[in-house]
Amino acid sequence: MSKKIGIEVSIACAEAAGLCDVDVVAAYPITPQTHIVEHLSEMVADGHLDAEFVPVESEHSAMSACIGSSAAGARTFTSTCSQGYALMSELCYIAASLRLPIVMAVANRALSAPINIWNDHADLMYARDTGWVQIIAENGQEVVDLTIQAFRIAEDPNISFPVQVNLDGFTLSHMIEPLTIPDKAEVQKYLPPFKPKFYLDPSNPMTLGAVGMPDIYTEARKAQDEAFKATLPYIEKAWDEFGKQFGRQYKPVETYKADDAETILISMGSLSETAMTAVDHLRAKGKKVGLARIRLFRPFPAEALFAAIKNAKNVIVLDRVTSFTGGHVSGPVALEVKSILWDRKCYPKLRNFLVGLGGRDTTVENFEEMLEKVAASKDDGVAPAYEFINVRE
Amino acid sequence: MGIASEALKNFKGFNLKNLPEVEPVSPGHRACQGCGEVLALRQAMKALGTNVVVLSATGCMEIITSPFPQTAWRVPWLHVAFENAAAVASGTESAFKALNRKGKINHPDTVFVAYGGDGATADIGMQALSGALERGHNFIYFCFDNEAYMNTGIQRSSSTPYGAATTTSPAGKKSIGQSTWKKNMAAIAVAHGAPYVATASPAYPIDLMNKVKKASLVPGPAYIHIYSPCPTGWRCGIDESIEVAKLAVQSKVFPLYEVIDGEYFLSRKVAKPKPVSEYFKPQRRFRHLTEAEVAKIQARVDLEYETLLKRCVTEKKETEKPEKEASVK
Repeated sequence: MSKKIGIEVSIACAEAAGLCDVDVVAAYPITPQTHIVEHLSEMVADGHLDAEFVPVESEHSAMSACIGSSAAGARTFTSTCSQGYALMSELCYIAASLRLPIVMAVANRALSAPINIWNDHADLMYARDTGWVQIIAENGQEVVDLTIQAFRIAEDPNISFPVQVNLDGFTLSHMIEPLTIPDKAEVQKYLPPFKPKFYLDPSNPMTLGAVGMPDIYTEARKAQDEAFKATLPYIEKAWDEFGKQFGRQYKPVETYKADDAETILISMGSLSETAMTAVDHLRAKGKKVGLARIRLFRPFPAEALFAAIKNAKNVIVLDRVTSFTGGHVSGPVALEVKSILWDRKCYPKLRNFLVGLGGRDTTVENFEEMLEKVAASKDDGVAPAYEFINVRE
Repeated sequence: MGIASEALKNFKGFNLKNLPEVEPVSPGHRACQGCGEVLALRQAMKALGTNVVVLSATGCMEIITSPFPQTAWRVPWLHVAFENAAAVASGTESAFKALNRKGKINHPDTVFVAYGGDGATADIGMQALSGALERGHNFIYFCFDNEAYMNTGIQRSSSTPYGAATTTSPAGKKSIGQSTWKKNMAAIAVAHGAPYVATASPAYPIDLMNKVKKASLVPGPAYIHIYSPCPTGWRCGIDESIEVAKLAVQSKVFPLYEVIDGEYFLSRKVAKPKPVSEYFKPQRRFRHLTEAEVAKIQARVDLEYETLLKRCVTEKKETEKPEKEASVK
């Protein structure tokens, strides 16, 4: 039986990985991810989880060990964020190209400099071109559910790509929330045993990670691209089956009061919870505002997002990262949105705001300010590619 | 008795009569003519047989054996990146441990091998190797030392010997070539408490294969530093690899020894050492050196060999019959 308990989200994330009966965890500590791996090592030490915990000497080695483990056919989990992600990123590309179904929880944190341990989406965006499935949690229950689903998604032979579960550092990772933790038997029913097609087997030797000369590299990359393009329906299938079994339905894009909205906010992660409060507040003032929350960033759910925003007059895209484009190109989420709108010849007024960097709070008042800026802006000339919100000048 | 001595107490080695026929690294790879490194790799893999998983660093041995869709490997082999073969091996070894324990596979005796060149080992992969050695994973690490980044075009590494000219330590009016002394990787492995550490050379194949076999029998991490002549990078003749490798041992430049549970054993005593100048002669990477520089290097080689002899407190009988072994040419 599932049970509802008050639990810190990081601990719940580790419990969820444990319910999936992971074989190997290789991880290196970094704030604010630490509670996840601490709890996993504790579960192994106490005999609650039959797994090898490899306390590696760096994140680079964490992902290296995960690759070696997953290639041997073991269900493999790790967790990191920020600088740790940056250090391991070289290997993240390789994990995806080798089609290894590693699951990684990223307790999203800002990138240096200045060094800052608090939450934004710099690491999430750093990972966007690696070929990993990127899913973003909004609250603690989602962290538990998405972690379980991540193994199912990653190991689906129709997918076979690594999966990143993003949870905002501190604002989500360190919260204590009442969460429903599924029963292990239920999880096993949902998640079949990992049966890889290609793995390191002495009785059936295979060469993995061969050299790709110019005569084959393009074909290899196209094959990977085709495989990644084909993942979306299977991800949705994994979510639908989870919904049927556990009663909690997940979608690539969720909307809130968006149907009749003139202005739609687009957000990701725990900030969406504040955004919903802001929508209620603004609706009470008579403003027709709605919200589209992106849960799946890679593969990008273009059709679902377009369906959510196509009737809006104004679109406000929130980016939680500075991407230093030189000022005339928008932030990464806004770029995706602009791309799908342009391709579909739909041109609402679109504004991109950079918010919530390095642990800076984003308040309901900030959302009001964004709305005012959009109302005041005219359609003539070139609109600013992005603007900072809640910043001292 | 330490864990390595315990594991090796009934060790029966290879000799010319019982060499295994198995060739885990098949012919037809793309190594340069006269490559001493691939010869060492072949010998090492022959000693291990087929119940192995090989984790390769980026480098010559990776490139020449795996150009898709061809492969020279008849055993499971994974290449990930340049600096992380030891870390990858720690993941694979852990996976096999967990999967065997949980009854998901049945390969309890598989040997895990990680290898890299001297750059992948002594420079960029040092941290990953240190971590894997310290954590005590049951694996073997081979460093195939050809004393520079040969795959990228002969750039210096921390394993390049003093005085050698490379493309990034060129000899010139104001440079004698490499200006630093070679990093002692075997000593670094010993300092980690690895139960089995050895040096080996493809010019002494039986010795090399026995060391590899021993490394596979010892529980925990084992490190073998393998001298790997590179005619392309050392600018010697393609038929001189083995000759140069022999001279390296005979001139005390690359002594062969084992360190079992921290105790040093000399594998091959050099009774009448040849001068380093004789070792340098076939290699054009050293030809710019003045007599004074050669004398300086000779003094250093003598000193290092003396230091090694002092460490070899115990003389081991079975490995002390050097001249009886046939060496390949």
